[in-house]
Amino acid sequence: MARMTLSGIKKSFGTVDVLHGIDLEIADKEFIVFVGPSGCGKSTLLRLIAGLDTISGGEFRIEDRPMNEVAPSRRGIAMVFQSYALYPHMDVYENMAFGVRLMGLDRSEIDKRIDEASKMLKLDPLLKRKPRELSGGQRQRVAIGRALVRKPKVLLLDEPLSNLDAALRSDVRLEIARLHREIGGTTIYVTHDQVEAMTLADRIVVMNNGRVEQFGSPRELYERPANTFVATFIGSPRMALLDVARDGDSLGLAGSGSLKLPRLPGSEERELVLGVRPDALSVNTDTSAAGFRGTVVYTEYLGENTYVYVRLGDGTLISVRGSAGVDLRPDTPVVVGVAPEAVHYFSRSTRERLAA
Amino acid sequence: MSAATETYYDRRGILQTLGRDGLIQIILILNTIVMLGPLVIMFFAAFKTNAQIFQSPFSIPDFSNVANLVKIWSETNFLRYLINSAIVTGSSIVLILTLGTMAAYGIARYNFRGSGFVLMFFVAGLTLPLKLAIIPLFILMRDLGILNTQLSLVIIYVAMGLPTTVFIMTGFIRTLPNELEDAARMDGASEPRIMWSIMLPLVRPALVISGIQNVVPIWNDFFFPLIFIQKDALKTLPQGLTTFMGEYTTDWGVLFAGLLLSSAPVILVYIVLSRQFINGMTAGAVK
Repeated sequence: MARMTLSGIKKSFGTVDVLHGIDLEIADKEFIVFVGPSGCGKSTLLRLIAGLDTISGGEFRIEDRPMNEVAPSRRGIAMVFQSYALYPHMDVYENMAFGVRLMGLDRSEIDKRIDEASKMLKLDPLLKRKPRELSGGQRQRVAIGRALVRKPKVLLLDEPLSNLDAALRSDVRLEIARLHREIGGTTIYVTHDQVEAMTLADRIVVMNNGRVEQFGSPRELYERPANTFVATFIGSPRMALLDVARDGDSLGLAGSGSLKLPRLPGSEERELVLGVRPDALSVNTDTSAAGFRGTVVYTEYLGENTYVYVRLGDGTLISVRGSAGVDLRPDTPVVVGVAPEAVHYFSRSTRERLAA
Repeated sequence: MSAATETYYDRRGILQTLGRDGLIQIILILNTIVMLGPLVIMFFAAFKTNAQIFQSPFSIPDFSNVANLVKIWSETNFLRYLINSAIVTGSSIVLILTLGTMAAYGIARYNFRGSGFVLMFFVAGLTLPLKLAIIPLFILMRDLGILNTQLSLVIIYVAMGLPTTVFIMTGFIRTLPNELEDAARMDGASEPRIMWSIMLPLVRPALVISGIQNVVPIWNDFFFPLIFIQKDALKTLPQGLTTFMGEYTTDWGVLFAGLLLSSAPVILVYIVLSRQFINGMTAGAVK
């Protein structure tokens, strides 16, 4: 059991505040992903949970036990580092045995655990090798194995895929998902890649500038982003954000005309941000159709479908997903249509989501 | 004038004829001869009589003539000197490496106020020629009552060796990745255990460099034993060997045999550790 509670967690290095009060409630056996651009504080938060850095303010509890002052090795946590941090002078067996020996387990138990972990990770033929004699993927598995033999309640992974080549990444990603199910503990995974976050997580913590922007399931984040940051961070290609002015039940975009949309947000704000994903947009060469006027900048043919990049009247460049057959010359005048059921509204001033 | 006249530009320079590598090879070979020459002469002379040394200094001697070596071993205090040198050098090196590594580890791995100053303090020792302070040192040793003991030498040597050792080790320990330390901390290792089991094995090349760098001057040092040690039973090798140099006659054969035996341990140590030494020298450069 490893329910974790973070309340008002702060961290500052000298006079620089890196985390400004993080509140999270993580349930047992959850797969949590911290995602955000580099420098957003996600790795710092992970190090605070691990106990490698001291918490400047707030409280961190595991199962209602305060953990702020508990040594890293006594928190029931194991961590896989970005660089793997294998001990270079020890072979694979020794690497895995180092921690459990310090836990004071007897020899047979140590051997049993290493045997178990190396079977699970297919490391048994490599036990006598030194880290430098292993490939990147193998080192990664040893690093995970070293964490698993400690039988942690919480497993922390810091950008574990960033040092692997693209082909290996999806394999290891599946492997990590499988391990999480088999071990049955809580996993916290840090990445800057939203695809990894979306595919692995039960719940995602989107972070930016030392704050949590949104905490929710991948579906929630995608379908109901809490603000413009989450809206553009999750989903690829990015969601288009249009600064529109509301006039009755139609939305006007500077230089591109206006568009009537049903179910406008209840708030009385006139200045809105309209968020639309590329797949909820369509291009129409019939310029009399309903939508925002713009001109084609270029088209990107990707086999299955085509992305058309359109410059709207106010200078915004948006991408529109079209079928593979779409072939538009640059500078063609088009009208961009919007699927009314898939739009998001945000306040221009707070950048927060506005309820429909 | 024939068409085949060589112009200045056609002439091949030495660099072109030999190539860059060839030139380097030649320089290295010459350097090797210069370096090994004295050693070889010393080695040869150790098997010659005084007369032979002056008649034909470069000839290859009869290696079965070990009279000089026997004489050194049986008729002089050589063994005593050798043991003294080993004790003084050995304990100095052990102390230098232990203290130096611990200091360097603290400076390199922990952030504390004044760590930069402590490092500068050690490094400042590099600029201080201890030999200039010989008179105050002599007075100090006399007042401490440790003149004529090996302790006086060990203290001086440790003081002399620490600056370079701390300097080298700090640089090395700083290059070790922080994540290794973090990983060990997650594994539940205490700070001394992290230093001993994780960090030290990784700085072994640097330890070897510091070790060799200190062994040679300490083993060969003549000056400080000359000042601090008067008892024959406490003399170190370089000091002891001078007793073979008489005021009127010198038995060069025996002296060379003594030199041969006294330089042998250091040369052996170097050969055994040379691989590590070279690894260590290049470790920082190629990365």
